[in-house]
Amino acid sequence: MSGLGVWNYVIIVFLMMTGLYTVISCGNLVKKLIGLNVFQTSVFFLYISFGYIEGAAGPILVEGQDLYANPLPHVLILTAIVVGVATTAVGLALAIRIKRAFGSIEEDDLHNMDSSL
Amino acid sequence: MLTHLPVLIVLGPLLAAPLVAVMRGGRWPWAIATLVTWFSFLCSMLLLAHVANYGVFSYALGGWEPPWGIEYRVDLANALLLLLITGLASVILPYARLSIRQEVGDDKAPLFYSAQLLQMLGLCGITVTGDAFNVFVFLEISSLATYALIAMGRDRKALTSSFSYLVMGTIGATFYLIGIGFLYVMTGTLNMADLAERLPEIQDSATVRTAFAFIVTGIALKLALFPLHLWLPNAYTYAPSAVTAFMGATATKVAVYVLIRFIFTVFGAPFSFGQEPLAEVLIPLAIIGLLSASSVSVAQPNIKRMLAYSSVAQIGYIVLGIAMGTAMGLTAALLHMFNHGLMKGALFMTLGAVAYRMGGTNLDQMRGLARTMPLTFWAFVFGGLSLIGVPLTVGFVSKWYLIMAAVELGWWPVVAVIVVGSMLAVIYIGRVVEAGWFQEPDNPERKEAPMSLLIPVWILIAANLYFGIDTRLTVDIAEAAAVQLMAGGNAP
Repeated sequence: MSGLGVWNYVIIVFLMMTGLYTVISCGNLVKKLIGLNVFQTSVFFLYISFGYIEGAAGPILVEGQDLYANPLPHVLILTAIVVGVATTAVGLALAIRIKRAFGSIEEDDLHNMDSSL
Repeated sequence: MLTHLPVLIVLGPLLAAPLVAVMRGGRWPWAIATLVTWFSFLCSMLLLAHVANYGVFSYALGGWEPPWGIEYRVDLANALLLLLITGLASVILPYARLSIRQEVGDDKAPLFYSAQLLQMLGLCGITVTGDAFNVFVFLEISSLATYALIAMGRDRKALTSSFSYLVMGTIGATFYLIGIGFLYVMTGTLNMADLAERLPEIQDSATVRTAFAFIVTGIALKLALFPLHLWLPNAYTYAPSAVTAFMGATATKVAVYVLIRFIFTVFGAPFSFGQEPLAEVLIPLAIIGLLSASSVSVAQPNIKRMLAYSSVAQIGYIVLGIAMGTAMGLTAALLHMFNHGLMKGALFMTLGAVAYRMGGTNLDQMRGLARTMPLTFWAFVFGGLSLIGVPLTVGFVSKWYLIMAAVELGWWPVVAVIVVGSMLAVIYIGRVVEAGWFQEPDNPERKEAPMSLLIPVWILIAANLYFGIDTRLTVDIAEAAAVQLMAGGNAP
C-alpha cells in the first residue's frame, strides 16, 4: 500500500470514469478536450502510485540509505504528460479552426450543419 | 553504418522534419522529404536482407544494454512491414508534389512534408522498437502528425473528422498506456522480450489479464476493428489524397502488427488463445465488420468513402487471420497486411489523380473515365481486380492463404463469409468500372492526369501484379515470420 493506500486507486478510477463521461456526454468541443485531459491525468496518477516505495529515498546516492525509488515510472509519466500537452494543443487548434469554418463548437449545432460530427 | 540501420530509418526523417518545415523555397521541402524517405527505404531493404540471412537483429539504443535500455529488435515480421511503410512513402512522395500543391496550397506545402515525415517516422518507430513504452511514444508521434495532415483537407468536414479521430485515437492510446502500466507493475520491465520471459509465471493474476484486455482494446481502436472503426470513413474521405493514400495503406497495418506482437510474442499464443477468450471475441467482430462494411460501401456515392469502408472490411480479413491462432492463419494475416497496403495505396492514389482533374471523387465524376482518363481508369480496374482477389494479383494470394487457413481448421462458414466478401467487392468495384466504361462523360475532352501522378500509381499497380505472380518474396517471409511468432517471445 502507498500513500492513501487503496484510496489512490479509487480516486484513479473515479477520475478515469469522469473524464470518459465528459468526453462522451458534453457537446462542447473544448469540454471534450477537458474530459480527455482528466482521463489522461488519472493514468498519470496510476503510474505514480505504482512508483511509490515506502521508506525509499529519491534516486540520488546518500550515506546510509539502501532503498531508492526507481525513477523510471516518473520518467514515463513525464513523457506521457508531454504527449498529453501536445494532444491538447492540436485539439484546441482544431477547435479554433472548426469555430472559424463552421461558426460554432457545439456538437449539436455542428450535427445540424454539414459537418461529419 | 550497417550496425545502426534500425535507428537510421527513424533518425533521418526526424532530423529532416523541422528543417523541411522552416524551408520556404519552392521545391526544396519536397526534394528533401523525398530524398530522406528514399534513404529510409534503402535502409529498410538492407535490414530485410540482413534479417532474412542472419536472423533477429537486436540494436541497443545509445549503447545501453536491454532490458535497462531501449532495444530496437527487428525480426522478419517487422522487416516486412518496414519495407511496406518506407516503400509506400517513397512512391507517394513524388506523387504528392502536384497533388498537394493543388489540394493544400503552396504556402502550407512545407508543413505537409514535415508532418508527412513525422508520420512516417512514427510508424517506422513503432515497427522497429522492442520496448513497449517506446511503441506508445511513436504511436502518439505518428497519430498527432496524422491529425494535422487530415485537417489539411479541402472540405471543412476534414476539421471535424480530424477532431473526432483525435478524441478516439487518444482514448485508444491511453488504454494502451494503462495496459503497459499494469504489465510494468507486475514485472518491472518494459522490454518486450523480457516481458515474454516473465509473464508466464504470473499470467493467472487479474492484473495481467486486465492489462491484456486494455492493450487489445486500445490497439483495436487504432486498428479500426468493428465497432471501434467509426473514425475511419470520415478521416479517409476528407483528408488530402496523398494523405489518404499513405495513411490508408499503412497506419492500420502498423496497429495490426502491434496487436500481433503483443498476442504472440509478449503474452504468447497459449495464454492469448487458451486462457483468454480472444478468438471468441475477435472472430465475430471481424466477420460482422467484414460483411457490414462491404455492404455499406456498395451504396456510397463518394468513391473515396466507399474505399474507406472497404478498408474496414479488409481489416476484418486480417483480424480473422490472426484470430485463427494457427501458423497458416498468421501467414495469411501478414500477407494480407502487406498486399492490402499495396492495393489500397494504388487505389487511393488513382482517386487522387481523378480528383486532380475532375475536382472530386463522386460517382458522377467517374462517368466516362475510360475515355477521358484511360490510364487512370485502367489503374483503377487493376487495383479493383486485386481488391476482389482475381488470380495473378496480390489480392488473390492473401485471400487464398486465408481460405486455406480456414479450411485447415474446418471452419466452412468462415470460408463462405470470405467468398461473400469478395462478391460484395465485385459489386462495389463493378459499379465504378461500369460508370467509367459505359456511361458518357460530362466533358469528352481527353484530360489525362499528369505523368508525375501516373507514374507512382503504375509503379504500385505493377508491384500488385508482380507480387501476385512471383510470390516468393512475400510468401516466404510471411511464412517464416509466422513460424517465428508462433514460437513465442524467446525465439532466437
